[in-house]
Amino acid sequence: MRENFEKELKNLHLEIETMGNMVIKVIDNSVIALTKKNTDLAKKIIAEDIDINNMEKKIESHCLNIILRENPVASDLRFISSVLKIITDLERIADQGADIAEISLYLSDEDFITPIVKIPQMANIAQDMVRKSLEAFINGDLSLATEVIEMDNRVDELFHCLKNHLIELIIENPKNGTQALDILMIGKYLERIGDHAENISEWVIYFLTGKVPNI
Amino acid sequence: MSKIKIKDFNLFYDNFQGLKNINMNIEENKITAFIGPSGCGKSSLLKSINRMNDLVDSCVTNGNIYFDDKDIMKTDVTQLRKEIGMVFQNPNPFPMSIYNNIAYGPRTHGIKSKEELDKIVESSLRKAALYDEVKDSIHKSALKLSGGQQQRLCIARALAIEPEVLLLDEPTSALDPISTLKIEELLQSLKDDYTIVIVTHNMQQALRISDNTGFFLNGELIEFNETDKLFTFPENEKTENYITGRFG
Amino acid sequence: MDKIMKKLIYLVASLTFASLLGIVAYIVIKGLPNLSLDLFRFNYTTENMSLVPAMITTIIITIIALIISIPIGILTAIYLVEYANKNIIMKFISIAIDTLSGIPSIIYGLFGMIFFVTYLNLGFSILAGSFTLSIMVLPLIITTTRESLLTVSDSLRQGSLALGATKVRTIFKVVLPCALPGIFSGIILSIGRIFGESAALIYTAGTVAQIPENLFSSGRTLSVHMFALSTEGLHTDKAYGTAFVLMIIILLINFLSNQVIKKISKEK
Repeated sequence: MRENFEKELKNLHLEIETMGNMVIKVIDNSVIALTKKNTDLAKKIIAEDIDINNMEKKIESHCLNIILRENPVASDLRFISSVLKIITDLERIADQGADIAEISLYLSDEDFITPIVKIPQMANIAQDMVRKSLEAFINGDLSLATEVIEMDNRVDELFHCLKNHLIELIIENPKNGTQALDILMIGKYLERIGDHAENISEWVIYFLTGKVPNI
Repeated sequence: MSKIKIKDFNLFYDNFQGLKNINMNIEENKITAFIGPSGCGKSSLLKSINRMNDLVDSCVTNGNIYFDDKDIMKTDVTQLRKEIGMVFQNPNPFPMSIYNNIAYGPRTHGIKSKEELDKIVESSLRKAALYDEVKDSIHKSALKLSGGQQQRLCIARALAIEPEVLLLDEPTSALDPISTLKIEELLQSLKDDYTIVIVTHNMQQALRISDNTGFFLNGELIEFNETDKLFTFPENEKTENYITGRFG
Repeated sequence: MDKIMKKLIYLVASLTFASLLGIVAYIVIKGLPNLSLDLFRFNYTTENMSLVPAMITTIIITIIALIISIPIGILTAIYLVEYANKNIIMKFISIAIDTLSGIPSIIYGLFGMIFFVTYLNLGFSILAGSFTLSIMVLPLIITTTRESLLTVSDSLRQGSLALGATKVRTIFKVVLPCALPGIFSGIILSIGRIFGESAALIYTAGTVAQIPENLFSSGRTLSVHMFALSTEGLHTDKAYGTAFVLMIIILLINFLSNQVIKKISKEK
């Protein structure tokens, strides 16, 4: 029954998976561009941000079309509205990635004032959170979604460490200030990515339990 | 507040059990929708509330239905039907004038004065949002009205005896979308003064107008909940499967 | 195949029309020249076969028969449709009514003679004739009323009952008015049968050709009058004249009743 509708829903699953993979790659690449001072990669990330924006638009219009035609209710309604919310978060994550790439362009001709350690750690966790939240969504895995929400605390912790470390560097030598602020920004972007991944998980929980998140 | 309480209600047609152990409370001044596939018992339950099932010889019931805490089986059926009006699937105006259609009920209950009847006819037509459309042809045959107007006339006819509850058995299934919308609007405007129970095959309709929805399947009340809740997060998997169209 | 069928249907239809027209034309041609003012004199004598007494007798017998059969017939039909359980006895009664409506009228005549004329000692009389005819048309009225009651949609009954109306009120205020055109056409058919009846009346109302003095006198209706004239063989021309008049009357009744039915239906 409702074979066409089922097909549309399956398509949405695939599309959101594709978009998720694109976004995860952006997170990875932005940090690589930073640490390896790879300006080409950074430029590529910035240029490709538009693809992700388009992807968001495409999925959004699919969702609206399904709402219009199929009058989804119950789990279908929750699924569609979660998708609509999740793609917004994914798009924002990609924006943060592009922002990181932009900063890495400024930093590409400078020496780092400190070894970049916390940033890749944060990026790893944030990227993992995005991946797991999407996995939770696609597989309907409630415990995985809750796990992602827990993971956000570690990102926050790392950000605080990073902040404190940068403050020390500035106290040591005020000339470090400019670069320290740039690095702090990158940290903040990664911390935001964690928050977005947390949001995604909240929508997964809504999809699975009907509990509206208080974001 | 519960206007109608249904307690351990069972209904049989010969050897077939049409309703199985139904328990539900229908709230006052709310629209309650009964949904479910054909033959699930929703109409049978509706017809039990004003005892229209008494007319079916093979129909036997047990359990209780209370209307304002009075057992309907112990209430005089004429009185019960005066307090619980009913509108049917197909518009069924009597083959007489619009005026006489509406005056039929009040006359049945002993109102004879012309001024009083005039007043009732006008106010009932107004309540049913039909007055402006028919005020010039009130003494013409009701059968000349369109299907949607006929159904609103039937609602006006039911309102003329000043019931407290209005039962509607798929009232829009024979109507076009515009007439359907008009009836839906009408029902929503009526719920401040009446308790409305509607059986509908149209889930979107239940969603649009009802406050509470009961889902019936094979004679059982599977789930009874607030409409918003039932249609976003049904508690029962059978409800989920039915409303999302993954049924059977 | 289609074409042949179509032609066949046309042929049959035109045969029917032709025979109908033939009869009418025959009666008009044979009857019209025999009409004279004498036929409409008030008294019947051996010299003048006036049909006025027969006309009056016909009207009286029709009215009495209908007064008896209409209420009984309609109430019986109401009982059958609205009240009776659908069990074997009811089925049997229904079959009996259908059968009765198909019985040749001579049998009603014989029954009327034995029961009303002899047993109840009414003699050959207007009353015995009317009673017999009322029994004869009863099945017709019952079946036509039953049919038209059955065509009244159940949703109307439910609509009325759901407003708190009793069953009796529902039947008399909603169902019966809806069935009126059908009932009316049943009554028209009955009038037609009474007008056309001769066999059953010869044995019950007799053949006296005068205006009846009271309900216990014998009298002949137009049909019986015609029958008598033509069997006596002396006045076949007058019989044709009477036939013509009878035909006109029946046409008139049909026309008027159609108007009435139209009016009833329109009011709805």
